[in-house]
Amino acid sequence: MGARDPHHPLDFLTNPERFMAFSRWAAPMFGVLAAILAAIGLVLTFAAPEDYQQGDTVRMMFIHVPAASLSLFVYLCLGIASFLALVFRHALADAAAVACAPLGAGFTALALVTGSLWGKPMWGTWWVWDARLTSVLVLLLFYLGYLALRSALEDEQKAARAAAILALVGLINLPIVKFSVEWWNSLHQGSSTLLAKPGNGLPAVYAWPMLVMSLAYLSAFGSLWLVRIRALVWRRKARALALQAAES
Amino acid sequence: MHFDFDAGKYAIYVWPAFALTAGAFVWMIADSLASARRWRREAERLQALRDAQSKGGRAKGGKS
Repeated sequence: MGARDPHHPLDFLTNPERFMAFSRWAAPMFGVLAAILAAIGLVLTFAAPEDYQQGDTVRMMFIHVPAASLSLFVYLCLGIASFLALVFRHALADAAAVACAPLGAGFTALALVTGSLWGKPMWGTWWVWDARLTSVLVLLLFYLGYLALRSALEDEQKAARAAAILALVGLINLPIVKFSVEWWNSLHQGSSTLLAKPGNGLPAVYAWPMLVMSLAYLSAFGSLWLVRIRALVWRRKARALALQAAES
Repeated sequence: MHFDFDAGKYAIYVWPAFALTAGAFVWMIADSLASARRWRREAERLQALRDAQSKGGRAKGGKS
């Protein structure tokens, strides 16, 4: 086996010691950034004018859409980390996957609940079994299934492998969630942000709070993800030390 | 800059949405920090125990 290149650009993500040194400053930095962005985002949220059709409910868009976007992004991270853990058996990748799941479940639950609270006054119903809402519910079930599988099996390696396969299967659901409003008739509106059709984009007065709140959510996820991976690295170390102590 | 905190007839939908979002973030932050703190302390405690044992072992070995 060849010697490991100590200057590999991704070494800080693959070497646990370097990762701990990197995340020691990166986690609080992302946390502070998230707090600043959230404060600015909330100022912009409550300074934005009422929508001529949706009235004050438009403000829910600034907390609902970032949660929905993060629910997809976090699952993508879970899928990539699971793939790396499954194929390369990389311990940090496995920790990254485990650390993702509760956060992703949280963002998905938030997207569903805030969407329901927005849907009632706008659509006249809390819930409808249409493609977008149902596929997001399926996404939440994939997160919960992943977490349940990880804790259900006593053998951690078997649990990691089974959960990683489930996470990879769940990746199929991501394009279904994203394009469900185009593939099927849906009560849910189409994209008004990055993939908006001409004329469907948000006006600047709503696009700015949306952008700032989305970056706040993303920074918060970055910070919490790193904190949770650090916890898992320490847990692994504690278990190894406990095992050594029991053997000696 | 004018702030509009009066959600009128939609207040029963808008404020619970913000409150639940705040609650979810508080839970995610508290759970993540508590988990990190717990395992860090446990790892440090076991490391200190191991260091003390190996120190004791060396001292015994030195005397004999």
